[in-house]
Amino acid sequence: MIAVLGLAIGIAFGLLLQPEVPLWLQPYLPIAIVAALDAIFGGFRALIEGVFDDRVFVISFIGNVLVAALIVFLGDQLGVGAQLTTGVVVVLSIRIFANAAAIRRRLFHG
Amino acid sequence: MTGESTTPPTTTSIEWRRVRSTLKPRATLAQISVGLLCAVLGFAVALQFRSTRGEVALDTASTTDLVGILDDLGQRSDQLSAEAQRLEQQRAALAGGAGQRAAALSQARQRLQTLGILAGTLPAQGPGIVLTVDDPGQQVDAAAFLGIVAELRDAGAEAIQIDDVRVVADTSFVDASAGVVVDGTTLSPPYEITAIGDPTTMASALAIPGGVLESLARVGADGSVAQRSSVTVDALKPP
Repeated sequence: MIAVLGLAIGIAFGLLLQPEVPLWLQPYLPIAIVAALDAIFGGFRALIEGVFDDRVFVISFIGNVLVAALIVFLGDQLGVGAQLTTGVVVVLSIRIFANAAAIRRRLFHG
Repeated sequence: MTGESTTPPTTTSIEWRRVRSTLKPRATLAQISVGLLCAVLGFAVALQFRSTRGEVALDTASTTDLVGILDDLGQRSDQLSAEAQRLEQQRAALAGGAGQRAAALSQARQRLQTLGILAGTLPAQGPGIVLTVDDPGQQVDAAAFLGIVAELRDAGAEAIQIDDVRVVADTSFVDASAGVVVDGTTLSPPYEITAIGDPTTMASALAIPGGVLESLARVGADGSVAQRSSVTVDALKPP
């Protein structure tokens, strides 16, 4: 419940304050969002399977974001930033789909 | 997470009970930390949505568009260097002949006329286009007008007026609740933009892919260009 509330508050703040994205953050923000979404879906799956642990969730959330940003940074330095970004998005999307499928199976016994 | 009322009709499984018990607000450290992270995520999502919304980036333009843009820029740079050359010749002529006062005077008069037209204090007449924008939903905002004016100037427009307002270097476009305000005058659709310059160049500049006409169509407005051998720009800017 607090999570949903937090999400709503975050979006509201983002829309109300309308801050500019700093230039150095621009390549990383989309990737960080997808990585965080992956962590959220993973957390929800763990919750349903009864193995949810808040410490693990926090670490996986921050860890995911950091690793994703690191990969993009590395890619930029190596000159293959766009390709690596695509790669990261693909891998994270696959994971999100897998987690969503697992959640669906558990909830609906399908 | 629609936990309520979508419970399977058979028996409440352990999974659904877990979801429901989590949905109850409790101020435990776990819930607060997850909520905090979700707030950060929401903030980031809103930020990213805002920054990607409604911009036509060069890196997504197709090769043909890019070639078109490059051509335009190359042409413009040629024009500018030709003008620079002409001005340098003029300067040399003025500096060279000491007794050419008459020439200097007529040049100064010509210059006065040109500057008057540029500053909007003199009316102008010549070949040009009339761009009529039908905007039933009032979706054309100040930025769109700025885009139109910039595109026309790029294409060599010498004098522009929108409805009864002369557009000059310091003309302002402001979004207001009643519509777009140009230099203090509120516009109402349909808008009529008159520009003097080479009609073919301006018409094709407005019609390039991803250009003015296409972005007008994207917001539901309908722009049509009429090329005329003679148009009049007679709205004057108070000095």
